[in-house]
This record gives sequence, C-alpha cells and structure tokens, in this order.
Amino acid sequence: MSSILTVGTAAPNFTLRVTPDQDLTLSDLRGRPLILAFYPADWSPVCGDQVTLYNELLPEFRKHDAELLGISVDGVWCHAAFARDRLLHFPLLADFEPKGEVARKYGAYRASEGVCERALFVLDRRGTVAWSYCSPIAVNPGADGILDALEQLSEKANGHGHLENADHQK
Amino acid sequence: MAILKTPITKSDHIRGPANAPISLVEYGDYECPHCGLAHPIVNQVELHFRGRMRFVFRHFPLSEVHPYAEVAAESAEFAGAAGLFWEMHDALFENQNMLNVATILLLGTTLGLSEAAMRRALETGQYRNRVRSDFMSGVRSGVNGTPTFFINGVRHDGAYDYASLVSGIQMRLAADTSA
Repeated sequence: MSSILTVGTAAPNFTLRVTPDQDLTLSDLRGRPLILAFYPADWSPVCGDQVTLYNELLPEFRKHDAELLGISVDGVWCHAAFARDRLLHFPLLADFEPKGEVARKYGAYRASEGVCERALFVLDRRGTVAWSYCSPIAVNPGADGILDALEQLSEKANGHGHLENADHQK
Repeated sequence: MAILKTPITKSDHIRGPANAPISLVEYGDYECPHCGLAHPIVNQVELHFRGRMRFVFRHFPLSEVHPYAEVAAESAEFAGAAGLFWEMHDALFENQNMLNVATILLLGTTLGLSEAAMRRALETGQYRNRVRSDFMSGVRSGVNGTPTFFINGVRHDGAYDYASLVSGIQMRLAADTSA
C-alpha cells in the first residue's frame, strides 16, 4: 500500500484507450494540473460513490484548471456502459492490455486481486507528482485531499509571477 | 479519522437543545434512497436520546445522478426562511418516491407556502449558494457519499441502521467524557 509514487516523482507517461476507438496520452495533457484516480472496478458500490462524487466536483476541479482521469483495469466497453449509467463527464481509461501495466508503474496495482488500488495522484503542470494517496481498498477516499493539493498548486502558480499567472488564467 | 471542518452555527438547521451533549450532523440528499431509508431511523435515534441530542441536516445533493435533489434542497431552504424547514424536510423524505418539481411545489403549498414565491425562488436559484456551501463544507470534511453522519464532529464510518447509529453515539460519548 505504501509503494505508490511519492511527491516529486515524474509521473510515468502512458497511452491508454479511453473509448473503443480513441487513445489518450498523458503527456498531451501537460500544462494543467491532472488528477489520476485509480480505482478497483467499475460497478463496485464504493467506487460508484467515489466517481459520483468526483463527477459532481468537476466544476470545483476546473476552477483550478484541473482535468480528472479515472483509471481501472476494466475494458473500454465496460467503461462506456458504466459512464453512461452514472452520467459521468470525465474520461475513464482502460488499463486493460497488458492488464494493469500503467497501475504497476504508479505502484497502484494490487496483484493479489488483479485490480488497481484505490490510489489518487495530483500532478502539477509539468507532470510531477504533487500529491498522492492510497486509500484502504474498501474506503471511499472522498475529495478533500485532492482539493487541498489543487489549492496548493494554484497558490504556488500564483506566487510564481506573470508567466505562471498567465498560464493559470488561460 | 475525518473531522467536521465547518462547525455548527446558528445558520444551520438544528433540531434539539442547543447545549445537548450529542450533536448528530447528517449530510444528505432528498432524492438519495439511502437517505430516505435513514430518515425514519434518525427520527428514532432522536427519540432515543431525547433531550440529550441535537440533529443538524446539511445538504449534499448529488445532482448529476439525482435530477431533483438540488431543487428539493433549495425548496427546503425556501421553507426554512418561513420557519418551516423541518416540516418541508420531513415532507420531502416522506414523498421521495414521487419527487419532482410538481410534487415539491405541492408539498410547499400544503405547508401554506406561496407557490408563486417558491417557484420564483427555485427558478432564480435564490438558495443555490446556500446549498452549495453546505455541499462544499461536506466535501472538505470528508463526506464521500450520502448519507454521511458526524457524531460530535467525528465522521461515523459505520452503517446507518438504528443499532449502529445508537452505538456509534454511545461510543463517541464515552470517548468524549473520558478525554
């Protein structure tokens, strides 16, 4: 549980399927804060609540210019059905083949069960881990940690003068 | 241990004595079926600790999955401005299975509220910020779904059935008095 990537680590790049015919590459999203939410499975009741909460908080995340990505080992069609059922407005990435490869790179793979840990990462604009947290698998971690981390990033960006400010207000 | 970050103040909806040794705070959603199930249980718990407990309800509408949760919360605030928060609160939960705008307006008029004024308040979002501030106070306190209860400021991570809530309260009371 304590093996997830820690603050200051460069987030490993990856390309994953996001819909049956679309890929998403992490480095393409550089320049804005990112929230990576690894979770064990679509449809399980706890992540149900977790994704519902995050979906509700997208406007709050966007206040910090942040993008949210959900990641599990479920396949794209499963993700599509889950997203439709829960009316999700953020992408779910399929760490499906080779299974859990990206989660392993982040130390967020639970090999005994073959699923992702319930692990959260906030990346800064340069793609460095600014905050990470691994929750006990049955506990919905909520969103206060994410919001605290985003606030700190925004404060830091504002303290960095015009260049970062301009970027922030984009 | 998740802690209630926004203390109970006069602007909260509070039922029970102000100096009660037990404070039970619920973050809830009028359209959430679990909150609907918890509603009569909370009433029983209040009865059990009568005179020793105050109950506070804060809004946590999950509007993306519950299309009428926000309107319902705002309607309770509208009723609250007329001193009828708890009446509306109870009515909303008791009619949860047929919650929609027409039902909400009907519940309001049954309580003697003006339908036109209520419709206007809902349309203009008069109480939207109030509901949002409840919601965000919950998020910052570690509310991760509904219902979430806090007993004397500490999140109750157990179930919300009668026995679990009562024993959660008793354990918190014991911890608070020994501290």
